Order: sequence, then structure tokens, then C-alpha cells
Amino acid sequence: MSAIGVADIERLIGVGQYEEEGEFPVEQGYVWTTCASVENGNPLFWDEQVAEEVTGGPIAPPTMVSVWFRPHHWAPGRTAQALPLQVHFDLKEGLGLPEAVMSDNTIVFHEPVRPGDRLRTRQILRSVSDEKTTRLGTGRFWVIDVEYHNQRGDLVAVESYTGFGYRRAGAAEAAGAAGPTGGRS
Amino acid sequence: MTTTTRLLSGDVSVGDRLPELVYPVTATTVVLGALAARDWRPMHHDKDFAVNRNGTRDIFLNTPNQAAWFERFVTDWTGPYGRLQRMTFRMLGSIFPGDTMVFRGEVTDAGVDETGCGWVVVDISVSVDDDPKTTCKARVALPVTDDDNPWERTGDRWRP
Repeated sequence: MSAIGVADIERLIGVGQYEEEGEFPVEQGYVWTTCASVENGNPLFWDEQVAEEVTGGPIAPPTMVSVWFRPHHWAPGRTAQALPLQVHFDLKEGLGLPEAVMSDNTIVFHEPVRPGDRLRTRQILRSVSDEKTTRLGTGRFWVIDVEYHNQRGDLVAVESYTGFGYRRAGAAEAAGAAGPTGGRS
Repeated sequence: MTTTTRLLSGDVSVGDRLPELVYPVTATTVVLGALAARDWRPMHHDKDFAVNRNGTRDIFLNTPNQAAWFERFVTDWTGPYGRLQRMTFRMLGSIFPGDTMVFRGEVTDAGVDETGCGWVVVDISVSVDDDPKTTCKARVALPVTDDDNPWERTGDRWRP
């Protein structure tokens, strides 16, 4: 965890950071918990015969990819961990931009994730804009990719986050615009 | 849904609408969704925290679980042979217990890529009282023929 200042940006564009392996393997129980939470009856996740016929064996719902990196609430001996989008927080700190919103995010799906897989992730800074002024304030836009690979080195998914870190133009105006789900900050 | 549900790319035209999904949200929906995503942040299970620290009127549905809802909405329509290629989300507002979520989707583009993979783009929204709370643009691969299966595509033959 180290702040990313203006002088560091060029050196870090396209470089993998915070590579880590998930704390536990992809597990069938959590697949069912997630499917139950949204009443997803897709037989790929419930019927072994269908999974064998369609996907060559069981898979996890593609949208669960980030779930495998959110740790259990407690684990013995655990020390502090990097935040899920640590590069975002490094940019905020290093560029002196106390506020931030995520404007949108995209997930691209590659190889299916299967129970028993051990996934790895890394964060890659793709771009940082020059200073811009929006209705929220003055700051910079950045794009961060989060790549996920399985234990065989196959790419399974890439999440792209577009963030805007800024200094408030006016507190009341910014609070109204960002809202409670304006993204993580 | 059964294994025989197999929406083919040729069955779909731009302008087609997906079957609407209506779901009444309770506190259980929100908490179950947060736990399913291992999202332990208190605004997704602790009403006192949500109201007094976040300034929202209640706990609210978390983002990863909304992705799971969108996936279910798409694959309810395609059946198991539909294979998601990409999803882009835009968060506009929060969804609370007591809200009724309405998922709507419309096909906005369709085609077959250079490897022969059929695909469609679906513009989806989840609304409460006709107010969109999250939008999602999803691109999903569909079989071109009855013996085609997008899940068998790998390497250069999978271009999401």
C-alpha cells in the first residue's frame, strides 16, 4: 500500500500490482447460497447432468468472480489485507483527492470458474486523466482493471472500474450529486 | 427451465423485450444478498448504521448481489446455453426493503462475430416505481444452431 503521486503514474500504467491468491478455493456451497439469494434456477448450478452436458462439469455463476476474493468475516491469525481496489485508494492519497466516486464498471468474462479453482487477482492502472472540473469538483478520472486468473494461468475475468477522485467544489453540491450509492470512496 | 431451453441467436431481433421480472424486496433479500457476496459492510445488514451513519432510509441492496440478479434475469431468458460475455453497470440509486424491483430488458444489438459466435446486447434496468436504480448493458453469446454451444468456445474462438 503506497500512495501514487503524479510522478509515479507513467511508471505504473499497465503494471500488475497487489497480486494475491484468494483465501479459499471456489466452493459449491457459496454457489448455492448466491443462487438462492436471487432465486436463480439455472440448471447449470443445480443439475450435475446439465452441467456435464453444457459446461463439461459444474461452474460458478460468472458474476460471482469478485466474491472469491472477499474474505470470511474472521480467520485465525489474519493480518491486515489490501482493500479490494487498493490502487484506487493509493491514487486518492497520492494525488491529494479526498473524495471519489465510481462512475461505472464493466466485467468481461473469459474461461468459466469451477468449484475447486484457486483464483489469483491483480490490479492494473490503465489510465489517469489530466485535471478536470465537473459538478462534483476538480480532480482526475482513472481506469483500473482487476484481472482474475485460475490456477492454470487462464484468464477468467477482467473488471474495469472508472473512478473520479476530486476535491469538492462545495460540500452541499457534492453530497447531493454523489448520493449513497455513488460508488466506493 | 430445463436443459432443452436453448434460445438461438436467430430467434432474437433488435427490439425484442425480455420477460419482466418483478420482485418484492425485504430485509431478508438485502441481508441474504450481502452475505452471499461476503459483503460484511454494515449498511447492508444494520439498519441503525445505514440510517444514522450513511443517511439512507434503510439498509440497501449491495452491488455484487445486483450483478447476480442481472445474471439471473438474462439467463432466465436464454436458458443454460446463454453465456455472458460482458456486463457494464451504472448505479443510479439504492434499493431498500419494501421496494418492489422491476427488471426490464430490451435487445439493442445482435450479430455473429468473425469466429461464428452468435451474440446479443441487452439493455437492462432495475426500477422501483418506474425510477431506474441500476442499469446494465449485457452482451451474451447464444448458440447459432441447435448443435452449437458457446460454452465450448475457448482461446481465440471466445471474443467477449
